Amino acid sequence: MTEEIIIAGFGGQGVLSMGKILAYSGIMQDQEVSWFPAYGPEMRGGTANVTVIVSDERISSPTLTAYDTAVILNQQSMDKFEEAVKPGGVLIYDPNGISHHPTRKDIKIYKIEGAKIAAQMGNTKIFNMVVLGGYLQVKPIVKLENVIRGLKKSLHERYHKLIPLNEDAITMGMKNVVEVK
Amino acid sequence: MGELRLMKGNEALAEAAIRAGVDGYFGYPITPQSEVIEYLMAEKPFERTGMVVLQAESEVASINMLYGGGGTGKKVMTSSSSPGISLMQEGLSYMAGAEIPCVVANVVRGGPGLGDIQPAQSDYFQSVKGGGHGDYRLPVLAPASVQEMSDFVPLSFDLAFKYRTPVLIVSDGLIGQMMEKVELFDTIPRLTDEEVIARYPWATNGKPKGKERRILTSLDLDPHKLEKHNFHLQDKYKQIREEEVRYEMIDCDDADYIIIAYGSSARISQKTLQLAREEGIKVGLLRPITLWPFPKQPIDDLVNKGVKGFLSVEMSAGQMVEDIRLTVRERTKVEHFGRYGGVIHSPEEVLEALKNKIIGD
Repeated sequence: MTEEIIIAGFGGQGVLSMGKILAYSGIMQDQEVSWFPAYGPEMRGGTANVTVIVSDERISSPTLTAYDTAVILNQQSMDKFEEAVKPGGVLIYDPNGISHHPTRKDIKIYKIEGAKIAAQMGNTKIFNMVVLGGYLQVKPIVKLENVIRGLKKSLHERYHKLIPLNEDAITMGMKNVVEVK
Repeated sequence: MGELRLMKGNEALAEAAIRAGVDGYFGYPITPQSEVIEYLMAEKPFERTGMVVLQAESEVASINMLYGGGGTGKKVMTSSSSPGISLMQEGLSYMAGAEIPCVVANVVRGGPGLGDIQPAQSDYFQSVKGGGHGDYRLPVLAPASVQEMSDFVPLSFDLAFKYRTPVLIVSDGLIGQMMEKVELFDTIPRLTDEEVIARYPWATNGKPKGKERRILTSLDLDPHKLEKHNFHLQDKYKQIREEEVRYEMIDCDDADYIIIAYGSSARISQKTLQLAREEGIKVGLLRPITLWPFPKQPIDDLVNKGVKGFLSVEMSAGQMVEDIRLTVRERTKVEHFGRYGGVIHSPEEVLEALKNKIIGD
């Protein structure tokens, strides 16, 4: 199994940390992982994206031009990455702030109301975990228990009290992701 | 099995420095390697192992702190990125002349000049051909993964002390900034002062009674004595050429064509191998791990086996390709492909170049 993912949105949406938690979850189940951010001038205030690869085998290129899955969280990223999904691949997006919805017919498209659900749960910071839940429902490449173990490894101990909230957010994401026909 | 962590290449290098029993790190921040000194300052190795971490006032100061520290037989290290490494070249030449061990990591960025902060491999010439003035070479290790950013630190120190020479670790912004799984090695204790004195009789750490005064210098105004010293250095470089070549070969056994690439270009090219084989094109990858000494023998063997062409893939305008051509000597086709100025080539672009430049006609 090799899953090549791009997660793309605005800086501050938790794009990079969502990728990091996913990568750590892969390590927890003995897989190879890589995490490569777009950094530098793009990082400040503009779009942020990270390429995450989780695989049973040694990972070759950490940077790619085609992806099994694109998780898209703003319009700029939609413009840039809809076309980069491999035929037969998956596109997951939050419709909040999206004016031009994806149109491709040769990929599977899913919607997750991440921003809305996070607001309903009373904490917009867990937005990325809702989206992660949506992703894991569609692509269960890592087990939820390993995501929680990954969270424990990647979060400082003083934040461990927030793990149940993150788990709830992931569960809410899993329940609320819908396929767009 | 050692502890597993998800780390950036720069962080892995910094953690490895602590675990390798380094006595002192002296550095100056520059993107894309600033995580090294940031990690060290946050990790407080002065409390963990007694290792000193100091932000120097400049790269010139850093390298001269290495001259001083390395001269006493201590394990000393610095890291920087291209423009900062250029500033260190005078110091590196002096240390090569005075035979002072140290490790210098270069997380290469786009150039020339201040360039940009994106990944590049355009410091190859500077790294493998000497860099500073005078007849000298430095062993150069090129990590292609976060794991190797960690593993090559203790290896570099082994080489630095075995041959009494500065050793370079040359990565780039991609390897430095990406995160991967790392298995950390167990901490190697720092040497005590007594152990340093016993192990390194050349070190200038105080004159014991009844023993000769020890001087570490690169200056000798008697040309015949300096020539003799140069003979000694060249003998040492010959030994390094014979004993320290490191490389990796992937899918070369049945390959018609070979990509030669190091560091992040080797990772990208590995994907090209998969894409090519899906199309029935048999391509192998030769990955130099030591850029100097350069792995000439495996290239020679591949030529003799009848390989139809070599593509050198580097994020530069074509530097390593010159060393490949020196080895192949027009017996078969050698071409270069690479993006530069901080642009990273895609696996598809590499395949396209292979088809156009090597397979084509």
